[in-house]
Amino acid sequence: MIEVDSRGRRCPLPIIDLAKRMPSVAVGAVVRVLADDPAAANDIPAWCRMTGQEYLGSPAPDAYEVRRLR
Amino acid sequence: MRKSGHRRQGVTDGRTLLDLAGTPADRGSDLRGAPVTADHVDDTVRKVDDRADPAGTPAYLDAASAAPPHPVARQALLAAQADGWADPDRLYAAGRRAQQLREAAQGSVADSLGVRPDEVSFQPSGTAAVHAAVLGGLAGRARAGRTLVHSAIEHSAVLHAAAQAGAAVPVGVDLTGRLDLDAWRTAVGADGVALASLISASHEVGTVQPVAAAAEACAEHGVPLFVDAAQSIGRVPVPPGWSLLTASAHKWGGPAGVGVLVVRKGVRWLSPYPGDDRHRPRPVGALDLPAVVAAAASLRAVLAEARTEAARLTALVDRIRATVAATVPDVEVVGDPVRRLPHLVTFSCLYVDGEALLHALDRHGFAVSSGSSCTASTLRPSHVLEAMGVLSHGNVRVSLHRETTEDEVDRFLAVLPGVVAGIRKEAGM
Repeated sequence: MIEVDSRGRRCPLPIIDLAKRMPSVAVGAVVRVLADDPAAANDIPAWCRMTGQEYLGSPAPDAYEVRRLR
Repeated sequence: MRKSGHRRQGVTDGRTLLDLAGTPADRGSDLRGAPVTADHVDDTVRKVDDRADPAGTPAYLDAASAAPPHPVARQALLAAQADGWADPDRLYAAGRRAQQLREAAQGSVADSLGVRPDEVSFQPSGTAAVHAAVLGGLAGRARAGRTLVHSAIEHSAVLHAAAQAGAAVPVGVDLTGRLDLDAWRTAVGADGVALASLISASHEVGTVQPVAAAAEACAEHGVPLFVDAAQSIGRVPVPPGWSLLTASAHKWGGPAGVGVLVVRKGVRWLSPYPGDDRHRPRPVGALDLPAVVAAAASLRAVLAEARTEAARLTALVDRIRATVAATVPDVEVVGDPVRRLPHLVTFSCLYVDGEALLHALDRHGFAVSSGSSCTASTLRPSHVLEAMGVLSHGNVRVSLHRETTEDEVDRFLAVLPGVVAGIRKEAGM
């Protein structure tokens, strides 16, 4: 699984990190974002909704999984 | 002896006002300037840098934090300074004049709100009024229970007061920021609910809440409803059915430092403050009576033009909603597009730091506000945007007022896309 480590980075940097990695993610593959900024829990699902990707949930504290759909 | 005692008493009790106005020598100049009130250090009032800007003259677009004073507020404030300084509870002539002013202000606000004068009390600020409503409303219902049911999008003043309730039960909202009525009905029907709290319309995204339906659900279960109407009063009517209501004068164009609390007849309210066993709200300490008079006079003036202003600002907000969505890529205009306040609009821009956006807009002369965490002292994103599940970064709230012109809005819309693009470019997006 592709991992994006954005720990220690403030909003909106984790979302920018995630968006920058997307072109190298195959459609259907899953990215795990590590982020400890409190806004990430809200903004990663919101980003998925706005950009048409699938938010899979938070399997562990400060970790979020996203599936590329398009 | 008695005479001098009286005089000293008067000066002592008027000290709140006298201290704020400075020494007698410079008092005059202070009073000719901006309204000086007990709340003048309130940091919700954002300062605007008034220097000339290449983009044009500055445009203040943050009325939801504090609206510029209505001309009537300025006039009334100055006029009331002459008679409004004495303690209105004293029996001498100066006290009686102050008392007459207070009663006139109370009667005027009651008339404006469609309630009885003895249901209205003035508080040191909108926040103080909210605290008095929540804590006094809970105390008055202690026998029924200790639980406060509240929407998840209340103003932080409600949430901070809620922390002192026995239990606080938040009720969620949908993606547009509108209350989940089914969840509300279940929550207010539970055992031990003392009070329910619902904001009349979201102060962050403008979505108008189903106050009438929420009040009906409360009435079915005998639970009093508190409505924080700070953003609605002076702009749109608030449906009936509530038991307690608060407002804040500087949101409608009155001075800061004047909160209004209405407790309907028959609603049990107990003072939550020390050294008091009152059953009706009264201000804690001395009232800023000139500010109260200015608040009452400006509310009347604002209501007289409210319908026209609401139509004008609704159209300007429609233009902002449509243009931002069309000219800024990766943007989400949030809140209900129709069932909303006339003057307020919020949007979030992907990959944009909210603080950088605010500063960049300020450099162009635009004063706006943001719910992004990087702009909050807590470093947490806005609980309102979180409850809605909308993007919290790159967030901007634009709120208009009676002095806002079409030209200001158009200049803002012309500048915004370039500002957002510039910040994204710097972030490598």
